[in-house]
Amino acid sequence: MSAIKIKNLTKKFGKFIAVDSINLEIKEGELFGLLGPNGAGKSTTLNMLATMMIPTSGSATVNNIDIVNQDSVRKSIGVVFQDPSLDDELTGKENLEFHGRMYHMQKDLMSKRIEEVLKLVGLEDKAKFQIKTYSGGMKRRLEIARGLMHHPKILFLDEPTLGLDPQTRRGIWDYIQKLNKDDGLTIILTTHYMEEADYLCDRIAIIDHGKIIALDTPENMKNVMGGDILKIETRESDKLDKILKFEWIKEKKKFDGYLNVTVADGGSAIPDILKASSEAGIKIDSVHMIRPSLEDVFIHFTGRTIREQEADTADQMKSMMNQWGKK
Amino acid sequence: MFQDIYTVWLREMVKFVRARSRIISSLAMPFIWLFILGFGFSSSINIPGLPYIGFLAPGIIGMIILFTSIFSGISVIYDRQFGFMKEILVAPVSRSSIVLGKTFGGATIATINGLIVLGISSALGFIEFGIGTFIAIPFMILIAISFVAMGLIIASRMKSMEGFQMIMSFLVMPIFLLSGALFPLNNVPDAMRAISYLDPLSYGIDGIRGSLVGITNTGLIIDFLVLLGISICLISIGTLMFKKSTQL
Repeated sequence: MSAIKIKNLTKKFGKFIAVDSINLEIKEGELFGLLGPNGAGKSTTLNMLATMMIPTSGSATVNNIDIVNQDSVRKSIGVVFQDPSLDDELTGKENLEFHGRMYHMQKDLMSKRIEEVLKLVGLEDKAKFQIKTYSGGMKRRLEIARGLMHHPKILFLDEPTLGLDPQTRRGIWDYIQKLNKDDGLTIILTTHYMEEADYLCDRIAIIDHGKIIALDTPENMKNVMGGDILKIETRESDKLDKILKFEWIKEKKKFDGYLNVTVADGGSAIPDILKASSEAGIKIDSVHMIRPSLEDVFIHFTGRTIREQEADTADQMKSMMNQWGKK
Repeated sequence: MFQDIYTVWLREMVKFVRARSRIISSLAMPFIWLFILGFGFSSSINIPGLPYIGFLAPGIIGMIILFTSIFSGISVIYDRQFGFMKEILVAPVSRSSIVLGKTFGGATIATINGLIVLGISSALGFIEFGIGTFIAIPFMILIAISFVAMGLIIASRMKSMEGFQMIMSFLVMPIFLLSGALFPLNNVPDAMRAISYLDPLSYGIDGIRGSLVGITNTGLIIDFLVLLGISICLISIGTLMFKKSTQL
């Protein structure tokens, strides 16, 4: 069963094409990531699926409901937006109550559910405090709790850990994973953090300039890179290059004092290489194994690094804005 | 639909009650106007059969409602800026419910503010307490609804609160000054009087003043009908503009 089917989905802002004829199918129970730099079209795609934006052309179904049926789609999804969307002056509980009423939950059911979701994100003790007093991580957790209140079938998370410190980020990851693995909730998130996509997602779509340029599991994507690189330090790199003739070696690159060997499985290749070299009397000083990261995959597909610099600036702007918002 | 309007309205109420210091500071201004102008002009402006402060008090009631309601409408910009609007928009509720909830929320607050000024003015003896006091309330409610809706319309075209000062100077202050809140409109130049007939607040103030102290230009029935028409128009335009501004 598909949770989401996207067909030629396109969004233009004037002449700028933010999302360019995307096709995609996401399975039920999947933890799916849209990975790409800022401005790649991730959030726009997510906003169209969440009925917050109307596509210029193309179509999509969410839980088998066409996204033109806005209210039906809205009832069946939970959304956590990129920017905070809590009312600072209300308490945590009041924010959740507002949500429950907007989704027409019955009163007794609502209070029960509020307790449940607060417990899930560990905010029971803070429920009576105004959001003003919450930290960034607590706000995010409450937003996730709120998104879950009405038992959605799909949870959309737009940059769930943007601007959070590493420790808080870990915590949020744990909650996301728990929801997906324990409750089987379909989760679709956007991120420009490589490690986040790698750590969390079952499958990833890399989006750049409004197009999906790669779609696979993180593992398979890294395998596209040809596997592990063994960086072998030796003075006799010429000689080593000549004697290493295993058929499982995919690529060899010779440098001064080094030989880089690309193999599918670095761990099991090392003993064979060491054995062959000692039989040939070549002295090896060190072997260093490099596993390709998603970052390498990204560079492979887009020809450049993810615009981290730009992202950092955006993060700073956000935290500045938040500071200012607090007065 | 009704439940959704109530939900949006309730949030406005909770926030209003919570911000007690804001209530006090927003009520200080009308009394400063009332006392200083009321006593300052008491000997220079001659209203037949009424001390000037009795003439002024209905105007000041209209003023506090105007300011509170238009600000309350424009403050939807804050909801947009601080993100809460997204939470409202992604919920399965109609856009009209959101506009009506916002409008009634802001109008309730503005009317309460007006009632406080009305109550204190009566207690101090500037105006008499009687049946007229209750007749004034529908006019107060209609003023409030009209101007919250006007605020919402302005907010749908504004990106931030930066333009607020300009709105105050070029829209809110002229609406207030031309409404006859501070001086009788029957002795002003014709051109000015003509403009004041285009001012929705004129009918509101005339209605409140007619109910409270019995001085009216256009008559209570016309005041009521004109205000009712204006408020329905403004809510309809407000709903359309809100829908348009949220339909990306």
